[in-house]
Amino acid sequence: MKHLKNFFFLLLLTIATQLQAQNNAGLTLPQGFKASLFADTIGSARHITITQNGVLFAKLMYPNKAGKSIIRLEDVNKDGVADKITGWANYGGTGIYVKGKDLYATSDNDVYLYQLNDKDEVVNPLSPKTIVKGLIAKNQHASKSITLDNQNNIYVNIGAYSNACQEKDRIKGSKGMMPCPILDSAGGIWKFDGSKENQVYGDGKRYATGLRNVVGLDWNKETNSLFVMQHGRDQLNSFYPEYYSDAQSAELPAETMYELHEGDNAGWPYIYFDPYQKKKILSPEYGGDGKKEGGENAVNPAVFFPAHMAPNALLFYTGNQFPAKYKNGAFVAFHGSWNRAPLPQEGYFVAFVPFKNGKPSGEWEIFANGFSGLSGEEKVMNPRKAKSRPCGLAQGPDGSLYVSDDSRGSIFKITYAQ
Amino acid sequence: MQLNKYFTVLFISFLLPCMVNAQNLVHGKKLFETRCLVCHQADGGGVPNMNAPLDGSSNVVGNNIARLVRIVKEGYSEKIPLDGYYYNNVMTPNPDFKDQDIADVLSYIRNSWSNKASKITLAQVQAAKRKK
Ligand code: HEC
Repeated sequence: MKHLKNFFFLLLLTIATQLQAQNNAGLTLPQGFKASLFADTIGSARHITITQNGVLFAKLMYPNKAGKSIIRLEDVNKDGVADKITGWANYGGTGIYVKGKDLYATSDNDVYLYQLNDKDEVVNPLSPKTIVKGLIAKNQHASKSITLDNQNNIYVNIGAYSNACQEKDRIKGSKGMMPCPILDSAGGIWKFDGSKENQVYGDGKRYATGLRNVVGLDWNKETNSLFVMQHGRDQLNSFYPEYYSDAQSAELPAETMYELHEGDNAGWPYIYFDPYQKKKILSPEYGGDGKKEGGENAVNPAVFFPAHMAPNALLFYTGNQFPAKYKNGAFVAFHGSWNRAPLPQEGYFVAFVPFKNGKPSGEWEIFANGFSGLSGEEKVMNPRKAKSRPCGLAQGPDGSLYVSDDSRGSIFKITYAQ
Repeated sequence: MQLNKYFTVLFISFLLPCMVNAQNLVHGKKLFETRCLVCHQADGGGVPNMNAPLDGSSNVVGNNIARLVRIVKEGYSEKIPLDGYYYNNVMTPNPDFKDQDIADVLSYIRNSWSNKASKITLAQVQAAKRKK
């Protein structure tokens, strides 16, 4: 009898938490926050950006079923759900960024500029200006993410087409190349003029180097500097089982946030950041053994997170809707790991790091969880079972936070209501 | 005596190949777990947009054995759609695999999860390599 009572209690509790999750579009959020589904199944939504009028644009990794790869979403009747959805363009990619009436979007090779009218409708869907062209895109880390500073300079991530700059990529026993030739044209952030057409490598500047692959980046308006999230390297234990166990490899290296100034070097491929020793450790491809330190000239991370969670978006919150603690702090969308297998996967959430005077002022915490659609403490074992994977972040003019998902194609809207 | 002979015939003609077969699958599973699982995942489902699924893949259960042998040996990153989707990662080659390893791991992935297809023999792997 007592068992039965317990059973019913648990059942009720489960139903109650499930209902609550449904109320927030399946997400778990801190007290006082609410989430709704702004849009669903729009396609593989990578980065998103929002105009001053609240019109949202999403860049799709591949054209959707209608053959469109830039999607415009507008909530005309202001009920929290996009009711006017249109699209254009047919090239895949990740980057999108709006500044006033200038809408920038990227393919894996080029950066394009579209013009918006006063209703934030695109004026030249078929004839954008080409701002940058001919960037390197080989078959890994090819996506180009972008952000702009206050002077109309555009910062473009050019990912390294390699895991650790080995002579033969991802081959056991192949040594790291010294110096790493990839860094001349990739593995860093390049700076271009946001209004000049047809720029190529020579017109831009290598702003920062030693970054394996950055997907999430944002210009911090408080510090007036660039912040990026690096995707750390893979496969330490597949190639160096003598130094790393499965369990260690699942936790190494850290996913790192850097504040970057012109000329900075974050150290890839020569080093990685170990979150336990809290040190820059020499990569085994360059003679490291998991303990030897390196990278004397490399910048230290501003914040570091557990390994392999794949930070795909970074946003400094400047709105007034959320409580004061969130002001000028960083939201990071973690796409979710896959290379921790056979151990359970991690990530699939949006994290928050408080900042004060441009420096992190506390531990990072999970802000929005539950994107995978699994209940409670259940972890993702098989990535294809995860319902949604957070990939992009944008802040609405009213201070709401939007999160895109490139798996199911949802856009979540998160608001605060005391 | 008669019975003994009978068993020997039975053993050689039926049970032995069965046992070898089962052993090959066990070996194939082990190779999969140490060399492929990190990308293709325990359920063979891969990672959307990143690593191709092996479970339910028309190529994996298909008849182009030479292509499968080449992929396992030399790695793969052709960026052509597989059953309609693209995958961004680069598959690591396995230059240290012997022909029997290739046969075993292929037999395993063709007969795991929802996949059901003929096993791959050593002879098939060797023939596939000659064709190249
Ligand atoms: C580093 C990650 C990685 C590892 C390890 C890996 N693969 Fe792959 N595999 C991939 C990727 C990525 C693709 C798709 C590449 C593309 O589409 O360009 C792929 C494709 C394949 C395909 C073709 C699928 C199709 O539908 O045509 C087969 C077969 C395959 N892998 C088998 C294996 C086997 C067997 C192993 C272990 C011996 C293995 N892979 C290890 C990443 C990996």
